Amino acid sequence: MQRPHPTSNAPTGRSPIGLGVVAVLMVIGAVLLGSMIGPAGPTWWRVPLAILDRLPLIAINSGVTEAEWNIIWQIRMPRVVLAGIVGAMLSVAGASYQGVFRNPLVDPYLLGAAAGAGLGATIVFTVGREATASWPVDPAPAVAFVMALATVALTYLVGSAFGGVKSNVTLVLAGVAMVSLTTAVQTFLLQRNSEVVREVYSWILGRLSTATWADIKMVTPYVVVSTTVLLLHRRHLDVLRVGDEEASTLGIPVARIRLVVVIAATLGTAAAVAVSGLIGFVGLVVPHAVRLIGATSYRLLIPLTLAFGGAFLILADVPGRVLTNPAETPIGVVTAFLGAPFFIILLRTRQVAR
Amino acid sequence: MKKSRIAGLAVGVSILMMSACAETQVPVQSDSPPSASTTGADQESDPTVYPTRIISLSPTHTEMLFAIGAGDQVVAVDAFSNYPPEAAEKITDLSGFEPNVEAIAGYEPDLVITEGTNPSLLAQLDALKIPHWSGPAVNNFEGIFTQIEELGALTGHFENGVFVAGEMRQEISQIRDSLPAGAPSLTYYHELDPTYFSVTSDTFIGYVYAQLGMTSVADAAAGAGGQYPQLNAEFIIAADPDLIFLACTKYCGETAATAGARPGWAAMSAVQGGRVLEMDDDVASRWGPRIVEYFASVAAAVTDLLAAAGN
Repeated sequence: MQRPHPTSNAPTGRSPIGLGVVAVLMVIGAVLLGSMIGPAGPTWWRVPLAILDRLPLIAINSGVTEAEWNIIWQIRMPRVVLAGIVGAMLSVAGASYQGVFRNPLVDPYLLGAAAGAGLGATIVFTVGREATASWPVDPAPAVAFVMALATVALTYLVGSAFGGVKSNVTLVLAGVAMVSLTTAVQTFLLQRNSEVVREVYSWILGRLSTATWADIKMVTPYVVVSTTVLLLHRRHLDVLRVGDEEASTLGIPVARIRLVVVIAATLGTAAAVAVSGLIGFVGLVVPHAVRLIGATSYRLLIPLTLAFGGAFLILADVPGRVLTNPAETPIGVVTAFLGAPFFIILLRTRQVAR
Repeated sequence: MKKSRIAGLAVGVSILMMSACAETQVPVQSDSPPSASTTGADQESDPTVYPTRIISLSPTHTEMLFAIGAGDQVVAVDAFSNYPPEAAEKITDLSGFEPNVEAIAGYEPDLVITEGTNPSLLAQLDALKIPHWSGPAVNNFEGIFTQIEELGALTGHFENGVFVAGEMRQEISQIRDSLPAGAPSLTYYHELDPTYFSVTSDTFIGYVYAQLGMTSVADAAAGAGGQYPQLNAEFIIAADPDLIFLACTKYCGETAATAGARPGWAAMSAVQGGRVLEMDDDVASRWGPRIVEYFASVAAAVTDLLAAAGN
């Protein structure tokens, strides 16, 4: 396994406080922009006024009608907030996976979270939404969540049975095998039930477009637990970078740390995927982008990734809803379309700076 | 490939073209149609002339075959041909989307009916010298009538085909005429699934609504989103369509209640006025004989709305 960041302890010349301020400003700016732009609703500049008007002790005549506020608050804001939560979660999970596996090409779907969730959703759609229509809770996210966790658990079991705890290469390979297996089952089910292909496809392709406050309530507890655990382990991730054996000699229980980080990151990822579908690229690229702007230590990287990931997905969702207005552009398309060139530019800047 | 091209061209062109097409594929004597019975019971097809081992890989055309009394000649249908119930008894694992030509050949069919969306299947059938007929999605009611009449001629139920098509034509025009003249144009949102995929007026189902003077709110997305765009949730609420048709009730479990409970939907006039209609997913996505019932139910909703508005 290569070590991605050999120069990570070198001074970068950027102050952590400065980066933190930039991150907070990014998030605020993204939320404002995200809440102002959409195919319906009031003129963009009235939106912040309307939000201020709703705050206690503030009364502003924003000129926003009740119907327009309905659109902002019931449709647009859940979407912005969910994008922020999912973006933050996927990015921080990606950074943690990259750290714990010491592999820069890893994303939070590595051990099968996404494939498992996709299979879970497919099973629900195949059994038939008719059968579950009267249920008080939509089973699709729940089953997706459980299947995501189950797939990763199975990967971990298989991997550790063959020495994956000691060598994370085995674990990664077990992940590859489990993802292939899960995807094969999903493809088989879909092929047998092609009347649900479109439903499954649009479920998988990202569901920020149908975000509700209920989704946010559902996902938040998992994300809070997951990010808290990951934030608490960020120093350990720094130590793990020197290698398993070296970390062990420094008194770090490598196998246990790896297990805890993987469980935490998977829990959050599974919850995010269950409510939003598979949004690619974020978990891979945001951590690298944050590293490239100067946060090389995990102590700094983890919190910054949280902020930048959230801001990135909120911003990426804006073109998703206005580019082909009033049709939707899948969020996954936008993240890759914006993220890839952005990433290439960052790489180039870094090359020049050296 | 020549045959399939002819088959493709035939649809919606003319009955003359149809008989030419039929002649190239199966030995039909279309100039001497068989007996005029509409029951189909006393009209045993001549096995030397008409196909008796038909496989239908298209749910739409399965419905047509049974409607014209050719159901007894059908030996197998694809996994989605769930109507009428007699057809559902002949459901197999055959798929119209990813067909296994060996499995098809195993039934020793003398006619395979497809929607024509899979040219490589047609080429394979040609290679096996299995006659086939394709009926692609239509753009208008006349296209349906032509396909029904073609199937009638192909299967030895020529007059039944003409009769069924004629009845449909008549009922549709009666329904159309039942609407008050000069009624205001209404807007609608036709929902393909709860992630807001919809249809523009430039689709067959859009054409059906347009026959009642209705316009899809999704037309605004036609340029960017194609014929079946995924609409933005804000846009649907702001567009406030007069009528909402849920066409994923069977497979997605959507109901007027679940739709009305969506965030922001309570304020929509169609929800408040009880004008969210639960449609049959299958009928809405096919162009079979049952489209007349669909048309009637939409017309009834329009009539109710106009009556409530005092028109």
